[in-house]
Amino acid sequence: MTESLLEMNNLEVSFAIGKRKYPALRKLSFRIGPKERVGIVGESGCGKSLTSLSAMGLLPESAAVTDGEIVLDGKPMSGAKEEDWRRARGKQVAMIFQDPMTALNPLMPVGRQIAEMALTHQNIKPKEAKKLALEMMEKVGLSRVDQLYGEYPHRLSGGMMQRIMIATALICEPKLLIADEPTTALDVTIQAQILELLREINRRTDTAMLFISHDLGVVREVCERVIVMYAGYIVEDAPVRDVLEHPRHPYTTALLQALPRPDKKGRPLYAIPGRVPPLTERGEGCPFAGRCPQASALCESVTPELGLTDQRHRVRCHLYAKERMSG
Amino acid sequence: MNATLIRIEELAKHYPVPKRKLFEKRQSVRAVDGVSFTIAEGEIFGLVGESGCGKSTTGQMIVQLVKETKGDIYYRGGKINGLSASDMKGLRRELQIVFQDPSSSLNPKKTVGWLLEEPLIIHGIGNKRERREIVAETLEQVGLDAGYAKRYPHELSGGQKQRVGIAAALVLKPKFIVIDEAVSALDVSVQSQILNLLIELRDKLRLTYLFISHDLNVIQYISDRIGVMYLGKLVELFDAGSAAPLHPYTKALFSAIPDVQGTAERIVLKGDVPNPIRPPSGCAFHPRCPLATERCSEERPSLRPVTSAHLVSCHLYEQEGGLT
Repeated sequence: MTESLLEMNNLEVSFAIGKRKYPALRKLSFRIGPKERVGIVGESGCGKSLTSLSAMGLLPESAAVTDGEIVLDGKPMSGAKEEDWRRARGKQVAMIFQDPMTALNPLMPVGRQIAEMALTHQNIKPKEAKKLALEMMEKVGLSRVDQLYGEYPHRLSGGMMQRIMIATALICEPKLLIADEPTTALDVTIQAQILELLREINRRTDTAMLFISHDLGVVREVCERVIVMYAGYIVEDAPVRDVLEHPRHPYTTALLQALPRPDKKGRPLYAIPGRVPPLTERGEGCPFAGRCPQASALCESVTPELGLTDQRHRVRCHLYAKERMSG
Repeated sequence: MNATLIRIEELAKHYPVPKRKLFEKRQSVRAVDGVSFTIAEGEIFGLVGESGCGKSTTGQMIVQLVKETKGDIYYRGGKINGLSASDMKGLRRELQIVFQDPSSSLNPKKTVGWLLEEPLIIHGIGNKRERREIVAETLEQVGLDAGYAKRYPHELSGGQKQRVGIAAALVLKPKFIVIDEAVSALDVSVQSQILNLLIELRDKLRLTYLFISHDLNVIQYISDRIGVMYLGKLVELFDAGSAAPLHPYTKALFSAIPDVQGTAERIVLKGDVPNPIRPPSGCAFHPRCPLATERCSEERPSLRPVTSAHLVSCHLYEQEGGLT
């Protein structure tokens, strides 16, 4: 891999609570190349949304990058000013959010919200922006776009609003699209439509995608590679099929066993004991040690490294340390 | 088959839509429009459908939190709609509900112990010491130790809160519980704990559930029978596990589940769910149905048996013996 659109190098992002700093993302390293579709999965509080906000330079005020760096399209963003981030957003990275109801401005016609994005980031006239917006609305599968252009968000269904969000994100032709739980608020039949649309966009426009979801099934639909996060760490990173069919990290294995499926009917589901350690109670050692059925004394004290077990599979677990040395 | 515990007949709920013009005809949303089914004792009946299909309203009418517009509800053969408030109060002990979001359904200013004791006080059960014992016992049933009685809801995690929500429904020793999207807001690892708990409680306390969810994986895992709703109507009813869905809507719905093992061919439906104020003519699903014929736009199909345990509301299956 030579070029990458997004690179995280040993990134640490911390929240300041009182006088102390608590790292919420730790030793985060990954890269996304052109056209790649990468998913991030994990439970609430694992840091997946924080990862996407870091990549957009949209960290909340209480959080800050405390170590490592973010490289966007070859340009290190450490020490970047708000102005630099603004220039990167829209053209290099754009984002769609979970809930289109709260992400769209309720007081502005939806078409204008798309056009505004083009006006802000491109040197064009309002008329051209409107034309671009109408074209984009057609590309994301909306019909009667001339009429729809002047409608306010509350008149639209959830699926239509999410299409408007996608059009807004794509209008400046970003190289990387970040989608944070884009279908979680939608019904399954509408979700299927939106996932189909995202795949088509990737095929047609070569836009790379960072897809964040709590749902492994959805990630399998859209992504080639998946990163599993737990308590701020990447615990596994590999092609989707490898992770789902041959998971290596005990957390990924447990997560898959806990999923309700029709073929597990009549048998109790695997229940992971305990819970994700809260931000203020994360110390040294493997973050999953307290809940892991295979944990040893080593796991309690030393945080394992995220190492390659084969060419395309990275795992953060002591169980694979030997495998790594021999391979 | 066990005895019938709950039977609903032609149950309907219509909500009036505010008028926009003075002389406009009064319109209504048919949130639930003539739904009938039975739930046997000890059964887990899964009710599934997309948002706005009327599944939650149906559940709330059964426990009489929402008054029905038409139709009847029977519990152990006796009609319960139209009962006096005092008669209903007695029945409420046996019919309970667990809500989706425990953070908003638990009073944040009261301790868990108080929340669980209040229903006992309202129903005049026991003295103070006995009530405390019942509370401790109920907490233990849902996997929390008695010490949790002194805690406030904000001190609990999402999974613990939902356990308290379940305890609040269990404390009066009900026979029937409506479980409305109770695991939808939870993470996978917590969700599996709660699902296991619900099944364990059903077996141990001989409970009957109406399990409402939009999550088809959960519904298929937990239910004995599944009812599928679309725009206020029941379109299909079948045994989970043994029978494959037949209705074109159910087929599309089930094919749309993103599965970790990869799915067979997907049926992607066009368009959105229509406006329930002006539902389509004939079969409500015909504008989105890939198999719709002219007849579907004119004539409304009724729910008919294809086999003794499988009911479908679709013109495709009306011929003798049904089509497959």
